[in-house]
This record gives sequence, structure tokens and C-alpha cells, in this order.
Amino acid sequence: MSEIEQNKIRNFCIIAHIDHGKSTLADRIIEMTGLLTSREMQSQVLDNMELERERGITIKAQAVRTVYKAKDGEEYIFNLIDTPGHVDFNYEVSRSLAACDGAILVVDAAQGVEAQTLANVYLALDHDLDVMPVINKVDLPSAEPERVKEEIEDVIGIEADEAPLISAKTGMNVEEVLEQIITKIPAPKGDAKAPLKALIFDSVYDSYKGVIVFCRIKEGTVKKGTPIKMMATKATADVVEVGYFGAGQFIPCEELSAGMVGYITASLKNVKDTRVGDTVTNAKEPCAEPLPGYKKVNPMVYCGLYPADGAKYPDLRDALEKLQLNDAALQFEAETSVALGFGFRCGFLGLLHLEIIQERLEREYNLDLVTTAPSVIYKVHKTNGEVIDLTNPTNLPDPAEIDYMEEPMVKAEIMVTSEFIGAIMDLCQERRGVYQGMEYIEEKRAVLHYHLPLNEIIYDFFDALKSRSRGYASFDYEMLGYERSELVKLDILINKEEVDALSFIVFSGSAYERGRKMCEKLKEEIPRQLFEIPIQAAIGSKIIARETVRAMRKDVLAKCYGGDISRKKKLLEKQKEGKKRMRQVGNVEIPQKAFMSVLKLDDD
Amino acid sequence: MKKELELYLHIPFCVRKCAYCDFLSNAAEDKTIKRYVNALIREIESCRRAFQEYTAATVFMGGGTPSILAGTETVRIFRALYENFEFAKEPEITIEVNPGTVTCEKLELWKNAGINRLSIGLQSADNRELKLLGRIHTFEDFLETYTKAREAGFTNINVDLISAIPGQVAADWEQTLRKTAQLEPEHISAYSLMIEEGTLFYDWYVKGGHRGGKKEIPPLPGEEEDRRIYKKTKEILKEYGYVRYEISNYAKEGYACRHNLGYWERKEYLGLGLGAASLINEQRFANTASLSEYLNAFEKRKASYSSVRVGRETLHIQEQMEEFMFLGLRKMEGVSRSEFARKFQKELEHVYGVQIKELKERGLLEEKKDFLFLTEFGIDVSNYVFEQFLDP
Repeated sequence: MSEIEQNKIRNFCIIAHIDHGKSTLADRIIEMTGLLTSREMQSQVLDNMELERERGITIKAQAVRTVYKAKDGEEYIFNLIDTPGHVDFNYEVSRSLAACDGAILVVDAAQGVEAQTLANVYLALDHDLDVMPVINKVDLPSAEPERVKEEIEDVIGIEADEAPLISAKTGMNVEEVLEQIITKIPAPKGDAKAPLKALIFDSVYDSYKGVIVFCRIKEGTVKKGTPIKMMATKATADVVEVGYFGAGQFIPCEELSAGMVGYITASLKNVKDTRVGDTVTNAKEPCAEPLPGYKKVNPMVYCGLYPADGAKYPDLRDALEKLQLNDAALQFEAETSVALGFGFRCGFLGLLHLEIIQERLEREYNLDLVTTAPSVIYKVHKTNGEVIDLTNPTNLPDPAEIDYMEEPMVKAEIMVTSEFIGAIMDLCQERRGVYQGMEYIEEKRAVLHYHLPLNEIIYDFFDALKSRSRGYASFDYEMLGYERSELVKLDILINKEEVDALSFIVFSGSAYERGRKMCEKLKEEIPRQLFEIPIQAAIGSKIIARETVRAMRKDVLAKCYGGDISRKKKLLEKQKEGKKRMRQVGNVEIPQKAFMSVLKLDDD
Repeated sequence: MKKELELYLHIPFCVRKCAYCDFLSNAAEDKTIKRYVNALIREIESCRRAFQEYTAATVFMGGGTPSILAGTETVRIFRALYENFEFAKEPEITIEVNPGTVTCEKLELWKNAGINRLSIGLQSADNRELKLLGRIHTFEDFLETYTKAREAGFTNINVDLISAIPGQVAADWEQTLRKTAQLEPEHISAYSLMIEEGTLFYDWYVKGGHRGGKKEIPPLPGEEEDRRIYKKTKEILKEYGYVRYEISNYAKEGYACRHNLGYWERKEYLGLGLGAASLINEQRFANTASLSEYLNAFEKRKASYSSVRVGRETLHIQEQMEEFMFLGLRKMEGVSRSEFARKFQKELEHVYGVQIKELKERGLLEEKKDFLFLTEFGIDVSNYVFEQFLDP
């Protein structure tokens, strides 16, 4: 590949609310630009991780380069940068957007504008991207493209008159999208002769090539042998290879220059050195200052991960280390629980991130895990002036040493149809939300603004929101900061013994209610054993709730007949197998899932 | 000296399937029953050579309802047994009997065939309960059968009873126990009702989620009632001079069922007939459960027992020891340390020391001289105890 003129390059992303058809449109674009034949197409090329496919969401940003022969007879290079679609990965989204010059906004012709649509569009506009709307799923019977066009213009304030009406699923009118990419999305700018300045928007670890840095060259040129430096992490290396992204493969090339999107390998060993948002420059001839917007992403949610089989502790460590090679946001450190033995306190961007890591550990590394209830990070101000970031409730200092505590707050926007406003406001109030205001975006839909404690939304807020609005409400949030709050540590005693792994921090006003529900839930989860087991919730030395698991009084196989011993033995083995998945705490066997009980208190 | 063998014969037929029964048994046409008896006899004959080194000490003809066979058919089966197996002196030979399927003539033929023990399925002395269980007889039918059996000279009779029947309270069960014990059968088996998959009760109480309440579907006894019922069994039978020798079995002195004890003591036994299970030479296997397969196999010209056997499994030392424990502990006398040492050339403590210590501390096991046995509480939760001896 020789010289590519900048004006023949288009760098863009697709933004959409979940399920509005982002991945399907990406597939069609890749297909119709002829990079792959239909037969080579997997249904969703960009989502190439098995897990992503199953969940139907995109976890990590990826990119693909395609060649489009336009109606004007010219060939254009399209760099399509995929962005994650979940609030846990907001920072990654913002860096992916920063690598683009424009964005295709996909809006479902039936659903219209949703909370994530808004959040993503604002994010794109913040990055000075030109946003090009596309109305998808117009072939659905419930499609109302004209209404949705108006909504885009009214709510978002961007011109939607020429928005192509497409069906990404059937490919209808996708050609028009391709043409509009050329006319509506600007070509990149930047001086190829200037000092190197490239934005890292993702990086992955490959056991052969080391870290592969995904970047957008803003200024300058990079090729094999260029000495590079990451301006924030200060890591340096010599470039081994540069290239661009085929569909699902890396295709090496001579050089990457200003305006291009591609990858760099430089025998770097850890993605910690190549953090998303950092600027790559030439170590010998550095640029004056880095690109704006870099921040080190910090975990928001912590939980304990323990191997169900204590002997698998080293395996869990190895697995976490391997996952961390590819995921700079994952943090972990060793911890010990009286109830659960040796394990790790792990930090995640959010609950989805937690679930993904947990599933990968179980699936890819074949580990059976016990997970403790997730917790946000509380700030504990001690009377001696010290401030502690509390990630494990067990480590809460003695109340006498605590001056006050703070908890993280978020600013939430909830979009809901008018009939459910009352129900959603009730929900927010139950979750200690502070009402900030409401505005109507159209006749029957409003945006509610709330400030909410993060610990009230990390578990099941989204589910509650959906169920109370019959699926109509959508939700987005961003971090607001810390606020002082009345918080207490709730301990759970099983058979008079405190089970450290079940302790959690809770707003004092909700403590009784939570304690009671927790005891009820545990009573259901803990099977009857040979003796009576009291389950108590306590704040300090004060018991606030109690339930009892009654003793098992009968477990006999009365009839054993005709010498069919094998069948009897199988029954006993099955029963024993069930108990294997339990944890022994004192004399009591506790099922693994009981440790997650706190998450399910609002089931009813 | 020849090795001792227990023989089990399965008759998979009954007049009608009971509401709680998950045994391999169904109603069948006479023609099918006839074919089955012929097949069973051919199976017996085919075993002749392989079991020359054994002498049969007990026979148990179970089902199903073996007593629905015509007397002459039963005689044919036993003739085949005597012709093809060597028998020990004074064998225990039992047939299972359903009240209402017995005549004086049958009893006479059975006696002549060498049958010396009857096991009568009464289940309850309450006609309402009998109806609910789907039994084909009344308590009065049972009395008639029992009296006839005594008159015919049967001196070793077992009566099967079931407790915790839907709608039952402790007083009902007490009535059943007393009415039965007053007749002084030599042996009483008292089982607690279990709701098994594939039964009508399962459809009602598990699948249907019935808590009962409707008149035709009374509720299962609650936990408290169940415990009261359970306690009654031992108390009342003790009054009448019965000794509990196994979790669910009670007998007058000297009348414990030798055949059933054989199972708990891991004696070698050969199961003949549909679905029958065997333990021979530390191998467990069973016959096919498919009636057509079984019939076809023995209707061929060259029929062999081996063609119907399925699921052969050789028990390793570890499994033999496990079984020794969880089967032996079903007996009230428990397991013998010296017996364990003799069989496995290992000290019991050596193999199960940790489990035994913990179970003793928890009050589930007790030890006296050579024997280790379940406590009262240990019996209640015996499955828990047995699990501890299974390979982790």
C-alpha cells in the first residue's frame, strides 16, 4: 500500500442504544464494501469473542478497515471503530470516539430516541464529531420513521431530513449509508511530517506479538523501527510492526501516517503500559504535549473472588493475571476470608464488567468460583484525620475511630413514558435518589434527572427500572463524586459465628429492612442440617433481625429393595454431590450462591 | 465348602399399579404372564452350570405380585430351581403375597413347593387409606388371607405396612400397628411412604404441587405429624415383642429375614427375571428392564442368562468398603470391626477413622465392643451418615 490521500479516508464509529442494530449495520457495511464475501461473513464479525456473541453486546472496542468503491468511481478507506455499548465502559467509548472524525447514529424506527442514544450523541458531539443519523428497522410493522426523524431533530437537535431509512438486517438502503459516509463525514486532517502523536483507543495482548496497540495517528508517521514512548505511562519500545485491521485479522503494512487508524506492536509485555487514552509519540522526537482526555480508569465496584476448591487458589491467580494482560481496568489483590479462605479482592468498572470477568474465569479457565456481594468504594474519614478507601466491608475500622463516611454518587438520566413517571419516581426515592428535575422531550416522554448513590444502582436497579416501566424506561448515568452519608456495616452471624464474607455496608435508614430480608433469604438458601441454625443480622453487637433454619429431623431411605444397591448408592452420591458445592463455616454448610444473596433482596 | 447364594426371583406383574409404587411391575394379560414364566424357567436352567459352586440358602420371590401366578406356574418355577441349583439345609423361601389373590389351593401348592415364608402386603388396616393407596383389597380381605395362611400351616409370616400415608395422623397409624401386631405375625416391615417419580402420588404432590386439602387428595402428613407417626412404630411394636433389626424391619426373636439381611451383609445374590439385580463375585449387574427384550432372549433356541444382563460393574476395594459401611449400618447391630478387618485386611479406624470420630461426636454413631452402630438420631438422618462413607 503506497500513499493514501487523507481525503480518501473516513474514520467513523456507529453509536446506538442497545439493540437498535449497531452490530448488524457494521456487518452490512463490511459485507457491502467487499472486504469479505458473504460466505466468509460470520453473522457479527466485530463481536468476535464468543462471550460477546452470547450476550449480544460489544465488550471491547475493535476496529476494521474496508475499501469502498464509491459511485464517483474513487476508492475510499473506511475505518470503522466499534465502541462498547455499556455504561461500565464509558471511558473506552469516549476514547474510541476521539479516534474518529464522525459518527453514524443508528436509531430504531420503532423505539425512537433512548437514554443511551442521547448519552452517546452528546459524547460524540463533545468530541466534535459530525453525527450522521440513520433510521434502522424501517421494515418493522411498528416502524414510524417520520416520527423518529422529528424526534431526532427535536430532542437531539441534529438535522435528520436526509437520514437514510434502512433495514440493516436485510441490507435495504445500506448503499445510501455508504455514500453518505463520504459526503457527511469529514476526511481526517493532520500533518504526516509533524512529530508522531497517536491516540491509543484499545490494546490487546497476544502471546506471539505481545501487546498490540490500536491507535489513531493524529500527527506524524510511524513505521518499523520507530522508537516510541507512551506519554502517560512513560513506557518505551521500538516498533516491530505496524498494520491495519482486516476483518478478524491483522494485516501488516509499511507505515501509518496522520489520519490513519491501525495497530503497532513493539514487544511490550503488558497492557498496563499501553493504557487507553494515552498518547504514543516518537521517543527521539516527541511532540510538544499529549492529546487531551487521558485518564487512568479506576474500578468502581469491588468484590471478593474465591476458588470453590481452596486448592485452586494458584490457578485463580494465574487466570486473573492472564486476564489482566488484556484488561487494564481489572484490578486484584490477595485477601483472606475466615469463611472462604484464600482469594482475591477484585476491582471492576461496574457490575457488567464483574460478570464478564467472572464468566470468563469459569468458562475459559474452568474455575468454580464463590463471589461475595459487590461493594462500591466508600471513603472513611477517621477521627485522626486519615481517609481510607474502603473496598471490603470487613476492613471497616472500629466505629469509635470513624468520624464520618462518604459514598459515591451518580448523576442519572432516566427516560420514561409519562404513564410510568410516578412508578419510576417511587423507585428512585426508595433508592435514596434526590430529584433534580424533569423535562419533556416530546408529548409523552420525559427525562427524569436524579442524583443516586452508586451502591443503590449497582445491583438490580436496571432490572427494577425495566419491570416497573414494563420495559419502557431507559437509563444512563455518570459519576458525580462523593457525598457524606449515614452508613453502617451489617454483619451476618450464622450459628452465632460472624461470616465475614457476608458483611456489607448499608445506609443506616435501610439497615433493618435489609437485615431482615437478608436473614429471610439466607434461611431459604441454607439447607437444613443436623442441628438448628440461627441466622442473625447485627450492627456492631446489636442484633437487628433473626431467622432460624430448623434442624433436619429425617433423612432416611426407608425402602431398599430387591438388592438394587446401585440405585441407592446413586441417590446418596447425588445428595453428597449437592453438598460439595457448599462452604463449611464453623459447623454449618453454606451453599456458594448464598454469598450472593444480598444481590437478590428485591426479587419480590 | 460351597459358597452360599441368595436367589431373588422377580415377577413384574400385578392386578393394578398402586398409587405410590415405582417398582418394575404392571398389569398384564395371561398370555404374557405365561410367556414370562417360561422365559424365567429358561433363565434358571441357563444358570445351572455357572452356579455349580454355590448352594442356595434363601429364595425370595418378589414383585409385583407373585401371588397372582397360578399355583401350578409357581410350582413349575420352583421345580426348575430345585433341579438346577443345589440348596442348603433349611433354606428360607419367601413369596410376596397380595391379599385377594390367594386361595387355599394356592397355599397348599406353595407349601408343597417348599415355600416356608409369606410376605403379605397389607400396608394399612384402614380401608380408606387402602383405597387412597390404590390397593385392590380391604383389611377384611387381608384377615381372610392371613387366617387361611395360618390354617395352611405357614409359621413364618411378614406383614408389610406403610406409614405417612396422605391424610394420616399418628392415631390412625397406631390403629394399623395394633391391629397388625395383635395377629402376631413373626415379622413386620414398616416403611415410611416415599413419593417416587413416575407414580400417581408424584403427579399429585410433586408435579401438581398439591398441598392436598381437596377431599380426594388429602395432604401429606406435616413434619411434626410425621415425627409422631415415626415414633409410634418403634414404641408400639416393642410393646408386642418385636425387635427392630434394620431401619424399617421388625421381627420376633429368631425371625429376622435372612434374605434381606443378605443384602445388608453383602452376601452373594443372583437376581432372576426382569430387572433383577445381582451381586456375584464383587460384580454388580442387573437384567434388562425391557419385557420384550427379556422374553425374546429366552424364546430363542439357544438362550443364555448373559444376553439379558446389563450394566456390569466390578467393585473395587474402595467401593466394597463403602458398601460394607452404608449397607451394614442399616442393621441395628451395626458393622463389626473384626468382620471388616477379616474382609479387607485393614483396620476400620485406619480407613474411616476421621468419619467415625466426627459422627460419634455428633451423636450419630455409637460403639459397643466389636460393633459400630447408628444411634436413634443416626437412624433418623441415616442418609447423612452413609454419605460420609462415600468416596469424596
